[in-house]
Amino acid sequence: MNLFEQVGFLFSSYNIPAAFWVNIQLTFWAAIGALVLGTALGVMRVSPVPSLRWLGTSYVTIFRNTPLTVIMLFGVLGVWSQLKITFSQDFTVNFFIYAVVGLGLYHAAFVCEAVRSGINTVPLGQAEAARAIGLPFIPAARLVLLPQAFRGAVAPLGNVLIALIKNSTVAAAASVATETSSVMRAMIDQNGNLVVLIFMIFAVGYVILVVPVGVLTTSLSRKLAVSR
Amino acid sequence: MTSTPEPAGTPAAAAGQPLVHLGRVNKHFGALHVLQNIDLDVAKGEVVVVIGPSGSGKSTLCRAINRLETIDDGVIELDGKPLPAEGKALAKLRSDVGMVFQSFNLFAHKSILENVTLGPIKVRGLKKKQAVAEAMELLERVGVATQADKMPAQLSGGQQQRVAIARALAMRPKVILFDEPTSALDPEMVNEVLDVMVSLAKEGMTMIVVTHEMGFARKAADRVVFMADGQIVEESDPESFFTNPQSDRARDFLGKILTH
Repeated sequence: MNLFEQVGFLFSSYNIPAAFWVNIQLTFWAAIGALVLGTALGVMRVSPVPSLRWLGTSYVTIFRNTPLTVIMLFGVLGVWSQLKITFSQDFTVNFFIYAVVGLGLYHAAFVCEAVRSGINTVPLGQAEAARAIGLPFIPAARLVLLPQAFRGAVAPLGNVLIALIKNSTVAAAASVATETSSVMRAMIDQNGNLVVLIFMIFAVGYVILVVPVGVLTTSLSRKLAVSR
Repeated sequence: MTSTPEPAGTPAAAAGQPLVHLGRVNKHFGALHVLQNIDLDVAKGEVVVVIGPSGSGKSTLCRAINRLETIDDGVIELDGKPLPAEGKALAKLRSDVGMVFQSFNLFAHKSILENVTLGPIKVRGLKKKQAVAEAMELLERVGVATQADKMPAQLSGGQQQRVAIARALAMRPKVILFDEPTSALDPEMVNEVLDVMVSLAKEGMTMIVVTHEMGFARKAADRVVFMADGQIVEESDPESFFTNPQSDRARDFLGKILTH
């Protein structure tokens, strides 16, 4: 077999695009969860209420410093297997949801820090002006602080998204067998002679997936920057 | 702490009662006693100019009145009611106290018009159409109506500060605090802002103005308060303050700035 035949053989024997599609779906749902939770945590960390600040800080300390694999395994072996918390009777769906929750919880800590760095780009005077016209904390955050903070946080949020795309392969630890790293392992097990080619396929696949995200967030962060 | 003799927290503003009342106000920044037993009453319609050397506590005094700075002890009352500590009541109070900052602080991501309508719509609950109409009127009045759709960064400092004044006015405040409103401006833009302030003063707006602009104090102030080292050293009408200051500290200060 020449190189083209080998590539053709691998793509016809395994549904590689479907594997990538699973990771894209994992990333999509986990990103939404991480964005919502991470933003809430970021706001908590700058709120005037000390207990909320403490809660936000504790969350980030715990989840940012725990390996993702540990969180994923704890979800499946601890929360599902021991505590019997089940999201769906369908095993595939259940583990998919566990992977999304694990990825979301882990990356929320990084989103929080990205949002907080964005908030730090907003001058103190903006918050003071918002308070001075009588906006309470939440509306001031929603109308004045966060819109500017997100513009300052586009680039770091892009980095979190890139990390999330690649970290979605850790879903294998949560028994999601259809995603890329699981499929890659199966392919290598069955085609030991094509190891290098198999690695290359997945490496190139991820580069194709991730590069546009980086390009997009960099240009977005320039375009959205608040001029002062 | 000394309790004030007058009844604190009486409900409505009785006639003759000051609109803004500070009694025995103290504040420390670490070891620095930045406000020392400050007593100050400002009547409705009065224009009070606070002057003094840098670090004398005048900005802190101004910011304490809408609680952007907290105080250690003493009372601050607006319309007979003490300042609430936090939450909705404090937000409500702030909506009645306009504030104009040294660095303008226009909302950088919102257009000029949106800067002025945000408060009326989100805090006062005005319909957008009405808020826009009122905002355009105010922008007209401060002379920047043609810039309504621009972003703050596209305007000159003087224009931005006039927008900031319009933003404060849009809330229909009982009093407006000016915290060194012209200190960050290029010299040729100072007058356009002062002109707006003078016209406000003439219309009977209650104003507390921290400034280094002696010309404004002479032209528009009902009373000059001179602060140094965290204390009110002297207060009187502008004419007698500038021509015949009573304290050595004020004579020294005026001697340094008025000899040129």
